[in-house]
Amino acid sequence: MNIALIGNPNTGKSSVFNLLTGLRQHVGNFPGVTVDKKTGNIDIGGLNCTIVDLPGTYSIYPRSADEEVVYTVLSNQENEEYPDKVIVVVDASNLERNLFLFSQIYDLGIPVIMALNMTDIAQRKGISIRLDELEKAFPGAVIVPMNARVGLGKDRLIDALSIQQSTDQWQAFLPEHHLAPITDLKEQEREAEARYLKITSLFSAVVHLEQPKTKSISAIDKWLVHPIFGYVFFATILLVIFQFIFAFASIPMDFIDVAFTAFSGWSANVLPEGVLTDLISEGIIPGIGGVIVFVPQIAILFFFLALLEESGYLARVVFIMDRLMRPLGLNGKSVVPLLSSVACAIPGIMATRTISDWKERIITILVSPLMSCSARIPVYTLLIALVIPNERVLGILNLQGLVLFGLYALGLLSALVVAAVLKGIIRSKDRGYLLLELPSYKAPQWRNVGVTVWEKIRVFIMDAGKVILAISIVLWALASYGPGDSMEKSAARVEREAKTQGLSTQKTEQMIASEKLKHSYIGRMGKAIEPLISPIGYDWKIGISLITSFAAREVFVGSLATIYAVQDEGEENKRLIDRLRAEKNRDGSPVYSIASGVSLMIFYVYAMQCMATLAVVKRETKSWKWPFIQVAFMGLLAYVGALIAFNLLS
Amino acid sequence: MSAALSSIQIGQTVTVSSIDDSVIKPKLIEMGLVKGKELIVLFKAPFGDPIAVDVQGYILSLRLDEAALIQVETPIFA
Repeated sequence: MNIALIGNPNTGKSSVFNLLTGLRQHVGNFPGVTVDKKTGNIDIGGLNCTIVDLPGTYSIYPRSADEEVVYTVLSNQENEEYPDKVIVVVDASNLERNLFLFSQIYDLGIPVIMALNMTDIAQRKGISIRLDELEKAFPGAVIVPMNARVGLGKDRLIDALSIQQSTDQWQAFLPEHHLAPITDLKEQEREAEARYLKITSLFSAVVHLEQPKTKSISAIDKWLVHPIFGYVFFATILLVIFQFIFAFASIPMDFIDVAFTAFSGWSANVLPEGVLTDLISEGIIPGIGGVIVFVPQIAILFFFLALLEESGYLARVVFIMDRLMRPLGLNGKSVVPLLSSVACAIPGIMATRTISDWKERIITILVSPLMSCSARIPVYTLLIALVIPNERVLGILNLQGLVLFGLYALGLLSALVVAAVLKGIIRSKDRGYLLLELPSYKAPQWRNVGVTVWEKIRVFIMDAGKVILAISIVLWALASYGPGDSMEKSAARVEREAKTQGLSTQKTEQMIASEKLKHSYIGRMGKAIEPLISPIGYDWKIGISLITSFAAREVFVGSLATIYAVQDEGEENKRLIDRLRAEKNRDGSPVYSIASGVSLMIFYVYAMQCMATLAVVKRETKSWKWPFIQVAFMGLLAYVGALIAFNLLS
Repeated sequence: MSAALSSIQIGQTVTVSSIDDSVIKPKLIEMGLVKGKELIVLFKAPFGDPIAVDVQGYILSLRLDEAALIQVETPIFA
């Protein structure tokens, strides 16, 4: 049996879904559209049933791309998704508007169950509902009062699902009505007016209000949307989230890093020597590690976001930020994704889901990676230590710190400017608007928070993870193999030289690794792009590091260490810095001058060197078009920015 | 007296009289902004935009651009 779950936003629809299915859920795609299809399984009287969680909507007629799925599924009986039964989740504390969608679904003639949810909140608001009157208005429908947050009503809902619902008694709520075509707005308008007229008269018979409604701002909102305190509070919340992401995500991330390195080393030792072992220990295991390492940041961010969303506060953030973001072609809902991208663009881009306007969402996705993420920090710190003198300016400011701040500011400013430019370029048939319900404040429900976090992690690993793993294997192959036997030959030559010079085994190994990388396909590619990158001040060795850092930006540091055959020492990098300082061009000038160093920093502010982000953008936009556009425009910014900086400074 | 919802002060109670033709007109009606519906402007965001309106049962926030489409009747004071 196919069951569809539908309801207005903020009615506790996901609570009902989680209550019925537990963790037996999976996320797929509706055919042909970019909307996630959440399904779950439930056993009803020995019958295995599938529940589809349709996107939250206020009407069967779509007003956004996501909502179109609801119409498509319910309007055509030939559709394979067409449900045998529909559960409409209805907010008892806001019955009038919720009955609108319910009556639309009821009028389709499908067996329908009304999950009359949030009865506790209705009670607290002094709202009492006469179920007999409600049943009389919708003959044939089953009404189940429930409070999904505390699990109340689950058994009754399952009972209702198990009975054979006949449609004999069914009588249209709005007689002589037919489902209008999506494009016929006039007819939809007429229907909406007629429907509300009927609902309003029903409402007075069904609902009894004991207390007068509150007619002014609530005490909490008085503070949270306050022109000063509202922003202070939001900034504080952000600070806490970042603190957790920066300070606490690094602990599990380091652990994952160490564990996968050890695992890779162990597998190289126990497996028989050969190409397959190399592939496993140097390609696949580090590739999987490169996916898993993002999980702590994703988990932490979505834990907090789910808390904010569940509590009802997130809608207030949108409310106070919307006016500030609008001139940039963004939305109040763009704030959280953009700021999250300072930690990592991956969870940031995954968080753009809440933006219903397609254009505003695409712009947010496109500019998010311009925010300087934590993977850039190792690159920035190495380059700053290398070329920026450790001096004070204006007596108090440290020049190196100032440059670091400048790089972050450059990223943020560029994101905002690019957004404003994209606003003029990207065409959209929809005119952006904001019609957002400000839900009442509620204590967050841990089960929903947990399910959200789990789902985000799973989607990232299953969807984006595949692409990341594939690209890391390709990168590994390109770095481990070279054309013909030039790699082996030069490695053997270096080994002989090292032996005659009596170098230590460690030094010899470093030199062999360096020689191998230089003669690998990636090494050749680095040399091939030298004519392209010499105008911005880089030699082919930097070229190699640029290509390898496509796996992740921080790989840049490790690649340089390999090329120059020095130990990668983590954050200090003293030996690497000394070695880089000594590096000279053919004319005797240093390779890493102020000009080329700043040029590199600017390159790293802009360039889209993160395959994981690209994989997520593909996954979120369901198309390769946007990741390609992103690589192109960010690459162009990087090159032009680096070119200008190099020429100004040299 | 007739006015657009965008010009209404905080705390004032008004009733919807009509909605100007636009793409979002059906959406506004679906959200419950039907003729005769009583609305109260509850509060405004910093910079006065968007605004939050009580629509009998829930709080709807909307930008001034959208509020300008909604024509409302204000009670006449003696």
